[in-house]
Amino acid sequence: MKNWWKALTVGLLLYTAVAGLLVPVPQLAILNETIRNLYFHVPMWFGMTFILIASVAYSVRYLRQPTPALDIQAHEAARIGILMGCVGLATGSIWAKYTWGTWWTNDPKLNGAAIAMLIYGAYLVLRSSFTDEQQRARVSAIYNIFAFATAMPLFYILPRLTDSLHPGAGGNPAFAKYDLDDNMRLVFYPAVIGWTLLAFWLAQVASRIALLKQKVYEKQFA
Amino acid sequence: MKNSLRNTRAVLLLLAALLLPVLHAAAQSEAPEMADVLRQNGKIYVVVAVITVVLAGLLAFLISLDRKVSRLEQELKDQ
Repeated sequence: MKNWWKALTVGLLLYTAVAGLLVPVPQLAILNETIRNLYFHVPMWFGMTFILIASVAYSVRYLRQPTPALDIQAHEAARIGILMGCVGLATGSIWAKYTWGTWWTNDPKLNGAAIAMLIYGAYLVLRSSFTDEQQRARVSAIYNIFAFATAMPLFYILPRLTDSLHPGAGGNPAFAKYDLDDNMRLVFYPAVIGWTLLAFWLAQVASRIALLKQKVYEKQFA
Repeated sequence: MKNSLRNTRAVLLLLAALLLPVLHAAAQSEAPEMADVLRQNGKIYVVVAVITVVLAGLLAFLISLDRKVSRLEQELKDQ
């Protein structure tokens, strides 16, 4: 069975939806039931990180051995990563409104994530500004590497150097507060794997469509 | 086609294996209530059902999209 990981994705995500709402969680003030957002908000960022790593790997491979397929795969992976990052920002904003009392606050973790998303947004703008395909592929592959190298410290290093409201920042080891609970771990890890696999699935289908489109165009001009 | 049928069956089996324990745990209440899971206390199970349906619908769409792309790829290869 070649697509076993897609079946796994479906299973893990449905498990996350059901167990994520029903499995008992620690009863904490302010957080209350919103602690369950951990199964949906945080995996967005995990999925984004993994798919962006894949994207930058495709870009590096493109620069070493240029093929149109690698360029398409890097682009589609980056797009799915950006989508997941935007969903992560939106869900985080909703969560913040009902626990911190505001949609947005000038917190290093939040601003870092926002700036990183803008850097990736510029990747899409840059790509669309070329007409020559090879030039577009090469320059955007190089930019992708720089974007990754700039975005990851903004997500994971800089917020830890200062104080932050956000868990997993301001010197806190990530998840220590919540992850001690075994019940939550039972849902959280499958959720991370499930959402990450979904990101890869979406990127794969998007890449295949883009490749097909390209092949059809080639045939028309041949 | 046969292979895809087998895939679907495997997916359904996996689903059943994952969902059955949850349903079982939810069904254990003290009084002679029967099959009241969806009506009890905070009605959270209604939300669970709704989210499951939404997610299942979206994933089913993604699966069918995936198959369509596979078919197109095959067609282009055969030409």
